[in-house]
Amino acid sequence: MSLEHARYDRNAELLERAFRELLVERGVVSDAAVDAGVEFMYTRTPALGARVVARAWFDPGFKARLLEDGSAAVGELGIEVRSLKLVVVENTPMLHNLIVCTLCSCYPRMLLGLPPDWYKSLEYRSRAIREPRAVLAEFGLHLPAGMTVRVHDSTADMRYLVLPMRPEETDSLSEAECAMLVTRDAMIGVARVDSLKNVL
Amino acid sequence: MTPRFNPGERVRVLDKFTAGHVRTPRYIRGKRGVVERICGEFRKPEELAYGRYAGEREPLYRVRFAQCEVWPDYVGAAEDTLDVEIYEHWLEKTEDKR
Repeated sequence: MSLEHARYDRNAELLERAFRELLVERGVVSDAAVDAGVEFMYTRTPALGARVVARAWFDPGFKARLLEDGSAAVGELGIEVRSLKLVVVENTPMLHNLIVCTLCSCYPRMLLGLPPDWYKSLEYRSRAIREPRAVLAEFGLHLPAGMTVRVHDSTADMRYLVLPMRPEETDSLSEAECAMLVTRDAMIGVARVDSLKNVL
Repeated sequence: MTPRFNPGERVRVLDKFTAGHVRTPRYIRGKRGVVERICGEFRKPEELAYGRYAGEREPLYRVRFAQCEVWPDYVGAAEDTLDVEIYEHWLEKTEDKR
């Protein structure tokens, strides 16, 4: 992190604290409500997204509903999504999807938790739309020339989740075991889901 | 509000400059694409950013652009695309096949 960036973060922290204290002082929110909000965010982890992906691999009907209306389908699993408007995009042998938010850091937090720092970096945000193949190669994902790359810029009210391909040699695994293979990066689109033999 | 555009229709993003908060990235202004889907109706970010919640909701679209339309020097496959969410007041119909 550059010195300039560090200074910026410090300013943002001070601004957040001043703003929050004012809101509490004026009775707009309570400290308890802020704490509850922070605690709720910590219950959101990529394991939720992984459950959704594994269910889609095992249940074609669920997968069809997930691609049609992401928020409604995720609700079926009893996962609280609040106001999330989810669009799920499917990777195939011919098509690879990649998610970015060029304007800020929009991210499906209800399903993946807080975004990684690189997702919020100016470098990822500007390069993912401009040279996605080069960015993916830097993540170790080299796509064949014949595969189409589809980048999704979450500029407004939708949030995106990549439905990765189910790796080979996972036929003997249960849905819960498959869910354990699904990583955050695979659901953003900067990685594939590794087959079991690469994980073990 | 009935959406003015349908999936599959060709549209162009308005190439205008506005001060203040907008959710239409600069790099996509003036570019041509195809409506991929209608996302529903939402409030304008230009109003929401300033605490005005009373405004009408308007359709939001996902528009699919060819990467080689967005970046003339794009390095990658000709089929590569970029999907961006654009509010209706930022779009106009175009017949231009480019």
